[in-house]
Amino acid sequence: MNRSLVSTSARLPHEHPPDERAKVLEVNHLDVSYRVRDRERLAVRDVSFEIGRQESFGLVGESGCGKSTTALAVTRYLPSNGRISSGGVKVNGHDLTSMDKASLRRLRARTVSMVYQEPMKALNPSIRIGRQLSEVYEIIGLKRAEALERAEAMLRNVQISDPGLVMRRYPHQLSGGMQQRVIIAMALASEPSLLILDEPTTALDATVEAEVLDLVALLRQEFQTAVLFISHNLAVIAKMCDRVGVMYAGELVEEGPAEQVFEDPRHPYTVGLLRCVPQRGQRKDHGRLDTIPGFLPGPGQVPRGCVFAQRCSLADERCVSEAPPMYEVTPLRSSRCHYHEDAPRVPRSTPADVQLPESGELDRAEAPVIRLRGVSKTFKVRGESVRAVSDIDLDLRLGETLGLVGESGCGKSTLARVLLGLTPPDEGSVIELDGLPLAGRCSERDREQLQAIQIIFQNPDSALNRRHSVRHIVTRALRKLAGLSGDACETRLVEVVRSVRLEESHLALRPRHLSGGLKQRVAIARAFAGSPRVLVCDEPTSALDVSVQAAILNLLADLQSRERVTYVFISHDLGVVRYLSDRIAVLYLGKVMEYGPAETVFAGPHHPYTEGLLSALPNLDGVQGERVKLEGELPSAAHPPAGCVFHTRCPRRLSSGVCESSEPPLVEVEPDHMMRCHIPITELRRLQGKEPSGQEEAQRTSAAT
Amino acid sequence: MWPHLLKRLGLTVLTLVLLSMIIFLAGQVLPGNPGRAILGHYAPESAVLALNRKLGVTRPLLVQYWSWVSGIIHGNLGTSWEYHAPVSSFLFPALGRSAKLALFAFVIVVPLSILGGVVAALNRGRAIDKIISVGGLSFTTVPTFVSGIVLIVIFGIALKVLPVTAQAPPGSPFFTQLRYLILPAVPLVLILFGYIARMARAGTIEVLDSDYVRTATLNGLPRWRVISRHVLRNSLLPTITVIATQTGYLIGGLVVIENLFNYPGIGRLILTAADFKDFPMLEAGVLFIGIVYLLATLLADILYTVLNPRIRLGSEE
Repeated sequence: MNRSLVSTSARLPHEHPPDERAKVLEVNHLDVSYRVRDRERLAVRDVSFEIGRQESFGLVGESGCGKSTTALAVTRYLPSNGRISSGGVKVNGHDLTSMDKASLRRLRARTVSMVYQEPMKALNPSIRIGRQLSEVYEIIGLKRAEALERAEAMLRNVQISDPGLVMRRYPHQLSGGMQQRVIIAMALASEPSLLILDEPTTALDATVEAEVLDLVALLRQEFQTAVLFISHNLAVIAKMCDRVGVMYAGELVEEGPAEQVFEDPRHPYTVGLLRCVPQRGQRKDHGRLDTIPGFLPGPGQVPRGCVFAQRCSLADERCVSEAPPMYEVTPLRSSRCHYHEDAPRVPRSTPADVQLPESGELDRAEAPVIRLRGVSKTFKVRGESVRAVSDIDLDLRLGETLGLVGESGCGKSTLARVLLGLTPPDEGSVIELDGLPLAGRCSERDREQLQAIQIIFQNPDSALNRRHSVRHIVTRALRKLAGLSGDACETRLVEVVRSVRLEESHLALRPRHLSGGLKQRVAIARAFAGSPRVLVCDEPTSALDVSVQAAILNLLADLQSRERVTYVFISHDLGVVRYLSDRIAVLYLGKVMEYGPAETVFAGPHHPYTEGLLSALPNLDGVQGERVKLEGELPSAAHPPAGCVFHTRCPRRLSSGVCESSEPPLVEVEPDHMMRCHIPITELRRLQGKEPSGQEEAQRTSAAT
Repeated sequence: MWPHLLKRLGLTVLTLVLLSMIIFLAGQVLPGNPGRAILGHYAPESAVLALNRKLGVTRPLLVQYWSWVSGIIHGNLGTSWEYHAPVSSFLFPALGRSAKLALFAFVIVVPLSILGGVVAALNRGRAIDKIISVGGLSFTTVPTFVSGIVLIVIFGIALKVLPVTAQAPPGSPFFTQLRYLILPAVPLVLILFGYIARMARAGTIEVLDSDYVRTATLNGLPRWRVISRHVLRNSLLPTITVIATQTGYLIGGLVVIENLFNYPGIGRLILTAADFKDFPMLEAGVLFIGIVYLLATLLADILYTVLNPRIRLGSEE
């Protein structure tokens, strides 16, 4: 569709015309080791794969599995203590490991390009975009003026609407999505044979992620580039790649066509990973996520047998003593498991069904624990008023989870801070706890009120004092919040620590000795120390790997059903929100756009914004409906659009002009389902193809009763 | 950018006012009766009183302060009690000579230490890095009077290649004057080299490890171009601030060096003034050192702002 844009600029001549028979990338029995304290440690072991012309290959795995190291080895940009200790890497048939510096530089300039995780850091902060981008053309031999011209054309190619303006900008003046487009433009400038994308969308919002992925898919066709795509996100890999390699502890454990691997995994690790991700329809009240027990082997520990044996429920003596080779499962697929035929039937390590306590059925009529009425928060930024949160009415019921959803900058975190009393709301905002008014500042709340509302942060690393032991951290919370001391405190300490599935032996350790998941458990233990009524979970699993995330989500679900705590759950991951939430509020520019029971909000009909968010979500089911794209960028909260705040990006904006001129109220469009939209619900239902089927209707009525 | 710079300028003026107050009050707190100090032990009490009245030191403090400050604003720095002549006729020539020495030292040390720091960073962990880092640090710990004397002994007395006084005979051509300044400048260079090189090294290493240097390298830029275009500008920004704050050390060093080499600069001037309790001279000297220091810091701020687009342009909402 954008073909014309490319054809306007003649293709660049290639120095070595690529040998059409050679694979773009061949990785042969690659070992990469790092020298740490005078000892060689293997980070990547015996990894082999190939990428053919115009093929896209995904590497997936959890942190520390060696996927980024593999990518860096392919560009030979390993840290100074790392080296390719054996095996080979060939690009277009040329051996990379024996290449001299000049050829390596030419290879980087013309044949292999890379896109990185954090676009802001990947651009030079003190050089204008135009110069940074045109420099890439100058390297491959164009004159300054022509290079600038090409750069501008390339920015148009990555769908930047005003390239002239962006050329004159510095990186910090662009949004994350725009920065990533610039990086992609830079990477594709030399029309490389191989494009490496290392977690290119991990730092971006879901809507921006979807746009960047669409762009990459489009440009890949146009530029006929082969892609090595690295991500921890299985759904993203499923969407973007023809073939996939799953890495674990430095080894490639399974490889094959993406669709087959995700539908019929043949390695217990792949099976485990897929079960950890909340699938569509999976919810906390009917089913727990499966987890992968145990831990990644430490760096440098090389088990004699299979690397996954310690955590595998299929493992037997053979697995421990004999390292499995890469078995051919079908001519297209391979798996590094002795029992790859049994892998799909690997037993769950966490039971799927849960016995909910009798109180599981919640009394809907019960008075809310927290009532928010007309809550607003206005910040003064350089003399301008910025309304971060605007006129919010919400009820939090006992034992329920309220999911807060929206792009970054929509006011989720501000609302959480207001609730906690960390950010006092504007005059006139009403916050009530158990029907009694709650002061805006936490310094004016009494101990009982402070104890009632607690928080778990995104990053347990910075939330826990690294100088204190786990015992100290949790005990302090018990003393301060629960007012316990002496034996009572000690008993409760053990109780709390056990309830988050930590061992007593962890008590003496300091946070730096714990893994990310264990640290988050300590943070949860601390939050539960004072038996809170309401727990704000601000992206509690975003910094964690999926297998760890699953365990934390299970834990949160269990603690909730046991202690009847109310959660305010903030996450950008809609799958996770759906798993844990009873009710969902969708925020946009500080306003509630849609609010209702989780299943209703997810089932639709949706507010057009919710529709856009859901449509941006890649999923593993492979059913990807027509993408509903949100146009443009999030407007500034200092100057929100007139009329409906969402109209500038709304794909279903009415032609009558009512959306631009008047703001729709938040009204109940069907029982218990609130929406802020001019379009009638019946029309939305028709537009979104959500004519109620008998089954859905039955579900909804059963949920309502 | 402008609001930021105006704020900086305002702060500089405020600091200057506070500095003048502190200097003035310190002069009051120091023991000693000016009239007595000037006239000596055997002068009659009435003469001392009369002189004190003439000097104006019997007036209320606020009045004295105001007349001092307004004098300075109008270019009148007062009269030296020791020489009975306007302070300015001593201060400004001395300031000029010190500036010459300091600038000479700066012109040598700034490029040298930045080069040293960058070379060390580019060869991190290798022998040359260790030589520059350890050597630089060792030199900063050698007091100027020690290194000065050693240099005099070696180059001035043993080898006789350089003059041991700093002041060239009047009317000497420019390069002869510089030759005289070499020996006094070297100890200052040694003191500053270590600090500035360390900062330049740290800044460069940080940038070398940054993601955008990886981007530039993986875009296939030649090494020298990565360094000249992408590394230096970003890595030397923090160094600018360090250089500015080093003017403080430089002035401290000047006091010692000027005495050692018998060079009539500001350092020697204020030391003599302190010896003779010549308060007007001392106060004006200290105030001008303060002004020079503040101007250097302000200049560094301006430079930093101009070179850093993130401060210059702020972020777009």
